Amino acid sequence: MRIKHLAAATALVLAAVGSAEAKDWSKVRIGTEGAYPPFNSLTADGKLVGFDIDIADALCEEMKVECEFVVQDWDGMIPALQAGKFDAVIASMSITEERLQKVDFTNKYYNTGPAIAVPKDSALTGTTDEALKGALLGAQSSTTHSNYAEEKFPSADLKLYPTPDEYKLDVASGRIDAVIDDVVVLSDWLKSDDGACCKLLGALTPDPEINGIGAGIAIRKEDGDLKAKFNTAIEGIIASGKYKEINDKHFDFDVYGG
Amino acid sequence: MSSLVQSITPRPAPARPARAWSATRIAGHVLMAMWIIAGACLVYYLASNIFSPFVQKYWGKYLEGFVVTLQIVFVSLGLGAALSVPIALARASKVALLRWPAYGYVYFFRGTPLLAQTFLIYYGAGSFRAELTDVDLWWFFRDAWYCIIFAFTLNTSAYQAEILRGAVENVSKGQWEGGRALGLTQPVIFFKIILPQALMVALRPYGNEIILMIKGSAIASIVTIYDLMGETRRAFSRSYDFQAYIWAAVFYLIAVETLRRIWDRLEAKLTRHLKR
Repeated sequence: MRIKHLAAATALVLAAVGSAEAKDWSKVRIGTEGAYPPFNSLTADGKLVGFDIDIADALCEEMKVECEFVVQDWDGMIPALQAGKFDAVIASMSITEERLQKVDFTNKYYNTGPAIAVPKDSALTGTTDEALKGALLGAQSSTTHSNYAEEKFPSADLKLYPTPDEYKLDVASGRIDAVIDDVVVLSDWLKSDDGACCKLLGALTPDPEINGIGAGIAIRKEDGDLKAKFNTAIEGIIASGKYKEINDKHFDFDVYGG
Repeated sequence: MSSLVQSITPRPAPARPARAWSATRIAGHVLMAMWIIAGACLVYYLASNIFSPFVQKYWGKYLEGFVVTLQIVFVSLGLGAALSVPIALARASKVALLRWPAYGYVYFFRGTPLLAQTFLIYYGAGSFRAELTDVDLWWFFRDAWYCIIFAFTLNTSAYQAEILRGAVENVSKGQWEGGRALGLTQPVIFFKIILPQALMVALRPYGNEIILMIKGSAIASIVTIYDLMGETRRAFSRSYDFQAYIWAAVFYLIAVETLRRIWDRLEAKLTRHLKR
């Protein structure tokens, strides 16, 4: 335990040194993954695009702050936020109990459910644990969807991948029988050429215990002022119609959810 | 003629003059003390966490992962050892048609990262599914476990072939000639005379190769295998607790330390005729 205290003390000292001139949040660094289309992805020339990115830009404009994006692997997102590599995570991160123990979240900025996709010639018929018995089910590691699969489909054989790109390759080649992810992410992929291999098996009923209450912006626990700023900004862009504009640019349905 | 009647009584060597406390010596002691304190803190931290919820929840998973890691390492090392003998022989052959492909094989597998080789085999095979199904090999390449064993075997066989070749070449030509003079056949000379002597030289490099494989096997975790590293990453992704990685390090250390001790014994045994 002592080391933990020591580490915490060191972190505090470092944070204190870093914020010696008190954070005025004129510049906010935003962590995102860049591998989760259509929410956030990198174009061939290395530009970040997607719903998360447009929302982040709109929020920064609303808050009148300068924003800078930092691309970070999904697995290390929360540790990197805690280590101060960036100040906020806008990367479709679901607000869950597990994560709330480590970081704080703003209110949600969208909420969609999980789904399962399979190859077009798949023999799988349903999305129950019974129907998926023995099937090789792929998911991105450290996601609510992988937790969902672990909890709800114990009879399936869960395979974890670092990014969605890898499970897409493996389900296309038939190495795994099905994949679980956000319904919007899967639908977007199925519409593309790479997704021609596969079809949607079905949408799943989200479990608030596992899937949380929508995607929010993760903030360090001590940065309550930044959280408040983001919450006001989220309300602001919804009220001004900017949110709807971004929503309609990316989707033909409402992702904000109930 | 005089003879020695009394010799000087034996005396112990004079005491060494005390070493001066130079700045470097002080710095050395301070650094050493810091390392010892850090090590003690780490041991204390681990000991105090033995009954923490993290360990309670995940120790079974860690053990499972550890077993998988050992399986991967020893299966691929065994297969690699078998494969390395013909490669080493081909590599030392006088026939260019054998020597050059073996050279190319070793050159490629030693010169490229194991990670790249694993991806090449795993995702490469995935994109040739139709062809592999035609030749009835897809069942093999479909399974991540087989892919990993395949990749690791190819990689380690290249290293082991080089160790073997170097060790065999280290045995003097006279041993071959002596064997021939006794009328022994080539295989008998190789397996009964040359190989035992070569193994003496090869033992340490072999030990290093096994240690490298134990650590390199962590690569298996990124192609969906739940080895020690895979279980560690899973535990970390649920808990965001950095002790996940410390426990993984402990397991890897246990494996390497056990191996080191076995190797010391083996070396003592193989070189017992050299002891004075």
